[in-house]
Amino acid sequence: MSEVFTKSMARNIYYGGSMFFFLLFLALTFDTMGEVPKRDNHEALTAQVALGKKVWEENDCIGCHTLLGEGAYFAPELGNVYKRFGNSTDAIVAFIKGRPANGIPGRRSMPQFNLSDEELEAVAAFLKYASEINSANWPPNIQG
Amino acid sequence: MKYSSQAVAKLYFIAAIGLFVGQILFGLVMGLQYVWGDFLFPAIPFNVARMVHTNLLIVWLLFGFMGAAYYLVPEEAERELHSPFLARLLFWVFLVAGALTILGYLLVPYARLAELTMNDLLPTMGREFLEQPTITKIGIVIVALGFLYNIGMTILAGRKTVVNLVLLTGLVGLAVFFLFSFYVPDNLVLDKYFWWWVVHLWVEGVWELILGSILAFVLIKITGVDREVIEKWLYVIIAMTLITGIIGTGHHFYWIGTPEYWQWWGSVFSAMEPIPFFMMTVFAFNMVNRRRREHPNRAAMLWALGTAVMAFLGAGVWGFLHTLAPVNYYTHGTQVTAAHGHMAFYGAYVMIVLTVISYAMPIMRGQEASDRRSQVMEMWSFWLMTVSMVFITLFLTGAGVLQVWMQRYTDVPQSFMVVQQKIEIFYWLRELAGLVFLVGLVLYVISFFVKGGEPARAADTADTA
Repeated sequence: MSEVFTKSMARNIYYGGSMFFFLLFLALTFDTMGEVPKRDNHEALTAQVALGKKVWEENDCIGCHTLLGEGAYFAPELGNVYKRFGNSTDAIVAFIKGRPANGIPGRRSMPQFNLSDEELEAVAAFLKYASEINSANWPPNIQG
Repeated sequence: MKYSSQAVAKLYFIAAIGLFVGQILFGLVMGLQYVWGDFLFPAIPFNVARMVHTNLLIVWLLFGFMGAAYYLVPEEAERELHSPFLARLLFWVFLVAGALTILGYLLVPYARLAELTMNDLLPTMGREFLEQPTITKIGIVIVALGFLYNIGMTILAGRKTVVNLVLLTGLVGLAVFFLFSFYVPDNLVLDKYFWWWVVHLWVEGVWELILGSILAFVLIKITGVDREVIEKWLYVIIAMTLITGIIGTGHHFYWIGTPEYWQWWGSVFSAMEPIPFFMMTVFAFNMVNRRRREHPNRAAMLWALGTAVMAFLGAGVWGFLHTLAPVNYYTHGTQVTAAHGHMAFYGAYVMIVLTVISYAMPIMRGQEASDRRSQVMEMWSFWLMTVSMVFITLFLTGAGVLQVWMQRYTDVPQSFMVVQQKIEIFYWLRELAGLVFLVGLVLYVISFFVKGGEPARAADTADTA
């Protein structure tokens, strides 16, 4: 770089630029916080859903699955699993409950987490809640 | 080594390399589980192996960053480290806490670990990359504060170079944004939104300041180019990093229930995120071409140039591939993401830590550079690891493109597991490339113990340059 462009100019671009864009990011975040309640399905956020989220977290479900596309890529997307399972929390409960403890020979299988009935219902309710968040029409189809 | 307290870095580097080996072994386990579904099941299910793989990566990179800081901050500040004792103490605290956490993942079911560590008091577990028990997270904060105090006091009392100030900014940012890992709202949209304040603002924000300052330090040392020139480049690169990368966070806010204007903000700004990485490549090659001395450590120079190139390819090019919202609509959460993640982390952060280790380790062991045979082996390991990572990335990209084609971008979408079986060949090839990576890593470790060949000598060629 030529002598016309000095180190102090570079430094000012760094300080000014990063400060400006960080403040812009904060402003956008502030606006986002105002907009999110229109899309986030918070009306459905019951105590049961909150418990379901905790069950989801304390069994590290994100270690295999994606949820709204984020997580691991080893097992199916669950952001829309409620819809994929025919809008049925019972189907979700039955699936989780029915996993064989020793897996399926040669194939990927979900572990048996030995959840209580209350936890099973809660995690299914959480997945129903997640499926009703307005995710800008993502995923593209029912297969997730 | 100019200051004896710089030697604390050695501990950190050794731990980093040890944990790196563990990370790769668990990567191979996961790779095998992709094609041999019940491998080690139910003893080590995939999610456990993945936690170990990703958490070891984060921890060993943090060891690497801390080691780099302990090595270069005193040299830049031109004084001894504020407290070498504190540095050694925090090393053992961090290592023991890290080891206990990993053992916890492996030895008890995750839900039991949550119970044992009283996750109920302040639930923070079970989010991707931030799976550590709350008590471990608190430990990380304490170690980070002690570390920042030690580094900060050294910098404040000494010469304030641009390298030191940028490094300190990056490290403070790392600690500050980690605090968002304690915010886990029930609302999934808010949870995801602020989770990215840790993950994105780390790897596409403040970590790049750490990367840039370490690279600048090593280039100053091995090329002998005037510090003023290098510091100007550093400012421009990190300016572009933050100008593009902060709003670029928006590329994670397309499909998580956030307003749709993020599709514009995220696409436009993250499309510019490759720019600072491209500048970094131009910068590194420029400085090496304009070098005023022939440093005997050829391996360190190779790592430095390799970092610049691979960071550009992995973070820049592979990031751009799927960052535009209309593309990301189909690729989001597929193997394309995995491909990008692997090459970006390797190219940017693994390689910069290996660069500074390559430069500093011989000096801490009493040589300006390793013996020739040791360097040759280290360079072999560079090529084996780097080329196999390119292939891992290509195979995962192939898997991802086919996955999108069969599962997403089609009128007759097939189910996830059906598609996974159809793309199995790519997972086998990826595992094969992973084994080559392991061979490279073993050679890398062995290279520290190889002696002989012509002794490495410094040849000052300032007059011929």
